[in-house]
Amino acid sequence: MKKLFPAGVAICAVLFAYAPIAIGRAPYESTMGLVQKIFYFHVPSWFAMFLATFVCGIAGVVFLFTRRRAADAVAVAAAELAVLFGLLGLVTGPLWARKAWGVWWQWDARLVTALVLWLIFAAYLLLRKYGGPGSERLAAGVALFGMANVPFVYWSVHMWRTIHPLTSVVPTLPRPLAGPLWLSVAAFLLLFVLLLGMRSRLERLRQALDDAYLTLEEQS
Amino acid sequence: MKHFLAAVGLVVSKDLAIEWRSREIVYTTVFFALSCVLVFAFGFVKENRQVEDAAAAILWIAMAFSGTLAIGRTFERERQNETLRALLASPIDRPALYLGKLVGVLVLLAAVQCLIVPLVGLMFGGRFMAHPAFVVALLALGSIGFAAVGTLFAAMLLRSRSRDVLLPIVLYPITVPVIIAGVRGTAALLQPEPDLVVARSWGAMLLCFDVVFITLALWTFDAVMSDGA
Repeated sequence: MKKLFPAGVAICAVLFAYAPIAIGRAPYESTMGLVQKIFYFHVPSWFAMFLATFVCGIAGVVFLFTRRRAADAVAVAAAELAVLFGLLGLVTGPLWARKAWGVWWQWDARLVTALVLWLIFAAYLLLRKYGGPGSERLAAGVALFGMANVPFVYWSVHMWRTIHPLTSVVPTLPRPLAGPLWLSVAAFLLLFVLLLGMRSRLERLRQALDDAYLTLEEQS
Repeated sequence: MKHFLAAVGLVVSKDLAIEWRSREIVYTTVFFALSCVLVFAFGFVKENRQVEDAAAAILWIAMAFSGTLAIGRTFERERQNETLRALLASPIDRPALYLGKLVGVLVLLAAVQCLIVPLVGLMFGGRFMAHPAFVVALLALGSIGFAAVGTLFAAMLLRSRSRDVLLPIVLYPITVPVIIAGVRGTAALLQPEPDLVVARSWGAMLLCFDVVFITLALWTFDAVMSDGA
């Protein structure tokens, strides 16, 4: 795993360096023009965020029932990344919406689902930070409930209203637009995996340090 | 099963007996809900006419706010007297404990709603009596979903320092589907021509939400509450 890490960083760096060129070369979309380029940041951000919430939920369940602290470290890392990538999506979305729909925000099913999901994982982080001792288990519960909540939020908001272009647009994109998109998605997902590995390792080290302090206190 | 239900009954009767002596939570929650309704009136009433669907929205917001207060207070009582530890140490199943607490909270919420619903009906012209059974069913299903999540998280948060602020932060995003379904379903019933099909489909969604989240809460309650509380 450790040997793969530098290789991963190198590939990710190449992808991120090449992505602007690919995006620049891609043709302008006929109605939205330059603003459509946000697409290459916006869609990968949400891909990474949804992957992160899923990883956090699963890691939370594993931690809750097996008490493996490694799972907890992965859950924290995934929750932080979910909030980070979600923030990228939430910032790029309104910028695009302003141009495409004429408003910054629409109360649409996908937008509200994404916002609610982002709020749940922000709550997860707040809980861990201010919850005091034992908040890991509590936060794991929030991650599990947050994951189980996704279909309900989507269903309820969908019944309420929908305007966002369907995600089924993605597979039907013309080739010159799809190429840079998948490149950006690959770059973002690889970045996600690298950050997840780094952050969970940091969390493991922090846990080990905590344990060392505890042992020292017990001995003295 | 009989033993399980007896344990649930014991927890409920204990909570209600304590509440009956002081009536603290019912009184404070009712007046808090009243203040909510009043505050919202300034936003939703314009030139003596209320905004469309205001009655449904105000009813459910008052329900969510006062529900959070009631759930928080119910567990605060256990914390102040250090009795949660005794409850957890008692020889009853953890799921029975959870269900007992949940039923206790639901009885409190029902008592508060008995006052709030007629009040919102009178002040905001909500036609709750057009389909009373539907309104009661939606309120019951919504309260169950809201309290199912709230009871679990309030129990878990009992030991943390900033529980008062963390409970709503966690509870509201997770219960968003309940609020949407409750408001839209009730609004469909309060229209001049009540839309029963829409109300029924929101009710069905609430039912699914309740089943999934009560099952999840029963499944995880033991795991999150172990190591004492």
